[in-house]
Amino acid sequence: MSETNSDRQRRGDRESAFYLFTQQRLPACKPVLTPPWVITIYFLVGFIFVPVGLFTLRASHSVVEIEERYDIECVPSQFRNDKVSYIQDDSVPKNCSLLFKVDKYMKAPIYIYYQLENYYQNHRRYVRSRSDQQLLHGRNFHGTSYCQPLESSNNRPIVPCGLIAWSLFNDTFTFIRGKALLKVNRTNIAWKSDRDHKFGKNVYPFNFQNGTWIGGGKLNPRIPLSNQEDLIVWMRISALPSFRKLYGRIEEDLDVGDYVVVQLMNDYNTYSFGGKKKLVLSTSNWLGGKNDFLGLAYVFVGSSSLTVAIVFMLLHLRSQR
Amino acid sequence: MEFEEQQQHPLSPQQLLLRDSKLRNTDYIYGAVVFTGHDTKVMQNSTDPPSKRSKIEKQTDHIIYLLFVIVFLMGFIGSIFFGIETDNDLENGRIRRRWYLRPDSSEIFFDPRRAPAAAIYHFLTALLLYNHFIPISLYVSTEIVKVLQSIFINQDVHMYYEEADKPAHAARTSNLNEELGQVDTILSDKTGTLTCNSMEFIKCSVAGTAYGRGVTEVERAMDRKKGSPVREQNGPNSVAESDDIPVIKGFNFKDERIMNGNWIKETHADVIQKFFRLLAICHTAIPEVDEESGNISYEAESPDEAAFVIAARVLGFEFHKRTQTSISLHELDPVSGQTVGRLYELLNIIEFNSSRKRMSVIVRDDEGKILLLSKGADSVMFELLAKSGRDFEADTREHINDYADAGLRTLVLAYRELSEDEYKVFNEKFTEAKNSVSADRETLIDEVAEKIERDLILLGATAVEDKLQNGVPDCIDKLAQAGIKLWVLTGDKMETAINIGYACSLLRQGMKQIIVTLDAPEIQSLEKTGDKDAIIKASRKSVLEQIASGKAQVSALSAMSEAFALIIDGKSLAYALEDDMKQSFLDLATGCASVICCRSSPKQKALVTRLVKTGTRKTTLAIGDGANDVGMLQEADIGIGISGVEGMQAVMSSDVAIAQFRYLERLLLVHGHWCYRRLSSMICYFFYKNIAFGFTVFLYEVYASFSAQPAYNDWYLSLYNVFFSSLPVVAMGVFDQDVPARYCLRFPLLYQEGVQNVLFSWRRILSWMFNGFYSAVIVFFFCSRALEQQAFNNDGKTASREILTGTMYTCIVWVVNLQLALSISYFTLIQHILIWGTIGFWYLFQVVYGFMPPSFSTDAYRVFVETLAPATSYWFITLFVVIATLIPYFLYNAIQTRFFPMYHGMIQCIRHEGLSDDPAYCEMVRQRSMRPTTVGFTARRAASRREASRR
Repeated sequence: MSETNSDRQRRGDRESAFYLFTQQRLPACKPVLTPPWVITIYFLVGFIFVPVGLFTLRASHSVVEIEERYDIECVPSQFRNDKVSYIQDDSVPKNCSLLFKVDKYMKAPIYIYYQLENYYQNHRRYVRSRSDQQLLHGRNFHGTSYCQPLESSNNRPIVPCGLIAWSLFNDTFTFIRGKALLKVNRTNIAWKSDRDHKFGKNVYPFNFQNGTWIGGGKLNPRIPLSNQEDLIVWMRISALPSFRKLYGRIEEDLDVGDYVVVQLMNDYNTYSFGGKKKLVLSTSNWLGGKNDFLGLAYVFVGSSSLTVAIVFMLLHLRSQR
Repeated sequence: MEFEEQQQHPLSPQQLLLRDSKLRNTDYIYGAVVFTGHDTKVMQNSTDPPSKRSKIEKQTDHIIYLLFVIVFLMGFIGSIFFGIETDNDLENGRIRRRWYLRPDSSEIFFDPRRAPAAAIYHFLTALLLYNHFIPISLYVSTEIVKVLQSIFINQDVHMYYEEADKPAHAARTSNLNEELGQVDTILSDKTGTLTCNSMEFIKCSVAGTAYGRGVTEVERAMDRKKGSPVREQNGPNSVAESDDIPVIKGFNFKDERIMNGNWIKETHADVIQKFFRLLAICHTAIPEVDEESGNISYEAESPDEAAFVIAARVLGFEFHKRTQTSISLHELDPVSGQTVGRLYELLNIIEFNSSRKRMSVIVRDDEGKILLLSKGADSVMFELLAKSGRDFEADTREHINDYADAGLRTLVLAYRELSEDEYKVFNEKFTEAKNSVSADRETLIDEVAEKIERDLILLGATAVEDKLQNGVPDCIDKLAQAGIKLWVLTGDKMETAINIGYACSLLRQGMKQIIVTLDAPEIQSLEKTGDKDAIIKASRKSVLEQIASGKAQVSALSAMSEAFALIIDGKSLAYALEDDMKQSFLDLATGCASVICCRSSPKQKALVTRLVKTGTRKTTLAIGDGANDVGMLQEADIGIGISGVEGMQAVMSSDVAIAQFRYLERLLLVHGHWCYRRLSSMICYFFYKNIAFGFTVFLYEVYASFSAQPAYNDWYLSLYNVFFSSLPVVAMGVFDQDVPARYCLRFPLLYQEGVQNVLFSWRRILSWMFNGFYSAVIVFFFCSRALEQQAFNNDGKTASREILTGTMYTCIVWVVNLQLALSISYFTLIQHILIWGTIGFWYLFQVVYGFMPPSFSTDAYRVFVETLAPATSYWFITLFVVIATLIPYFLYNAIQTRFFPMYHGMIQCIRHEGLSDDPAYCEMVRQRSMRPTTVGFTARRAASRREASRR
């Protein structure tokens, strides 16, 4: 009896997971790419991707977007040949107006973006030129060497320091429909975590844009950084050299045939590096803004999968082993 | 040397004790030391221990160089563009372009006034940035993987030798695991490796009748292969066991016709009596009687001599006492049927030597008759027979041929009676010859002996099995089927080596044997003159001629798929290995199906190994068990030591140690193949994943004005190789199996994938690298196109840098891990946990890291929780980009599997479709890509079938 017991025990050992593991014989799924599998998978991909693509495409099409480039039109004709001197000449008035015609009904909220192109916010020198600690703790924080050459001016620290803040976008827009001013809501345009945790509530701009060379926009020194949403939006670096940033929201619907006049101050210099400036009005839905790429790509990949599945199936059937 | 009594004793190499010799059964000796230090045999034979790296590792180095070139190239291109862009920012100290970068007051890295310097600095920065191309963790990971692989090999119960409690020990140097999957040539020692160095008396032919039903290892293997009922199931000793006869070491003879005294009833009983009596007398063994049990054991110079004496004892001729002048036997008397004691007066022993190939004793029996009893090789013995003594010659010759073909060691036994006068004459001359002190002493002895050893009467022949280790023929057959060449390098004499060649099915009847030897008479006669220069010259010429004629034969007949065997002896080898000759020797040897080098010294073994290694540029494996194999083991790409009886020296200098030769089959075909496949896939994949990741960094940099801005958060960058792509690939390196062990052994040709290096060819490596580039391009462009300027969530927020790069990183993590899942073929729970766990961990990491204070998490602060996760587009883009990136590879893989399958793919199909039970189909696949093997018993069976059909 004892022998059979030990035999049984040995057999038990032989089937234990650990034994199988050491013998590299664990139960395993060993998928083989058999033609039925391949065809099924491609059909599956196709049947999922095409509808998803169409769905996405529809979402993208349902977004109404008006885009207008204004950096050239807003330069008076006598300055067209030397736009840089125009923008750098403080004595020339910079105001300008654009006319937007609404072709499709736009449901509130309508997002206002300014779009810059050929603007390298992601340049390494630019990206590093900020001090998160200072933004949060104010001028008592001193380790701001990354902010050079905009760390201090007149021997006093600059808050907020660095190139990003210094080059703050400062074109301003006002919108008029008919005779009435469209109300633009300029709060809540930045991410909440930025407002709450990255920009100090007790940190006020200090010594900002006081140097010999004023870069971009100025800040109201009486408003804490956490409420300077333009700055916060600007300081969230864009990924690529052409980008949009949120300016505000129009919280009224725009009807078909409405004309919107935009009064803008064309202060920001993109002329020296050949960058474009655009103003964009856009609605938004669950997918975000208007971009057909994703939908088209989905449809394309989905339909290619279907084609591959069919071709593969035919080839497989024709050359049966 | 003169001794007390002024008696002279000659000193010959027989009296020389080599270093490491041990004194046994003797209390003390007087000795003088000759040849010390570097002159000792051990030192003369030693070679420098090399450091070994596997071919895959060396090739990996080259890939790394290639990657370095790519990195430098990318950095260089980036620097040029960066230099131009930077230079353009400022003109004559006046800002021309990107004022927001403040190029007027810039540090050196971005200073337009010193644009070339900035470009150079950028180059250095870029090298750091692109370091993700160079998988530094690859080396660490491969080391870990190899150690784990070795542990698995060591754990394999199929390579565990229960009798000696010895598992395989591959961990000795774990960096050669994958090399085990690429072996092209095996160089094997014989004694202790192929054979267990024990002889068994297995058959005999007496008076033209063949006796003995013992089954040799080869026959057993062939039977198994044929599928005919196996003659015995349970191993070599079961015959004896089934008959309740205690197992006797050295005796595996079974024939009821002559055993248990039955020989008396045979027709030629008198011949049988003389035959076994001769076996009991004609030897130099010494009996040792165990005083307690009365059992007799024998100490013999060679194990086959012991086997004879034991055989004689079992059959009723027990040799129990030897004095200087007599031999005592207990004999079965055929007349009375009683055991009687007989004393034979020992008159002379004419010893064995390699040129005589026989030994004789002269005895006077108790009736006063003088008998010359002689045993020797068939090649010499048949010539010495008397006309009247050739009664059974034809039958005996046939039996001997059968035995030899089965790999048995045969000896012919013959005797004659001498008259008193004849003996007296002989004895005088013989004593004189023995006492002569001159160079030709041996010749004199030989001449005298030749005169008496003639007109013999044939008794019969014996067949002794030089016992192969368990499963050796099987193993050799499998290795041959796998396309591995086996060379036997042995110190034994040529006949023994050839016998073993037959036993292992390395040689067979009908195989063309090319024998290169210097035993030709003209060389021997030259040797007697002692003119060294002449000897060398003549020998070299002779070897050269023999090799040339061998080559001519091979090239003339190889078209007819004739198999050749090359047998070369040590003396010839010395010349064949000379620089000017070794290439043609190698050509000849590689043209032959089997190569046997006999009488080779340890140094020569090492040199042959080196020749094969460097000459063919293929992987060589040397296997041996003794100290004399150390050089060979160290020289070969892989040295395998057999932890047998001959001490630990071979094991100590080996890379892998196994207990039995037969484990080589599993070690190479299963573990070698797996390890090779795992490691090559793993390295390819490593390059793929690092390129897929690193190249997105480069692409992003293109869109960041080449300013060396890293695409990802620093922690993401550094943890990519640590957390988000490492464990699954290590799991692949340790666990992946293309086909289970059973199938590896069943389709040995699978092993050729390693030998031909198809899984780590440059084509495959570059394809994987291309896959990496391609994946990176797709991920980058699809992500950046999908997340262009537009709002990316329903709150109108646009995609900032961390959103784009976060999405890209997510896609990369998914893609590389799913790619791994696509390329492995063995999913256990471990793989599932690691792959899905890694992807899951990425999300977890984003959450946890995002909740660290902003000073720590910087631009990843709450990105996932606040921005990515709630946005539908993030998930839609991930799904799309991941599938779109993988689909081309998947298609490629599917097409290859379906239309151009590799060998392992075919086997997977067989397994998967359950066709493995269909022998016809399996055979078809096996034949499909199998080359006809030239050695091994499968080939042997095929050859004999061909032979039969021809008749």
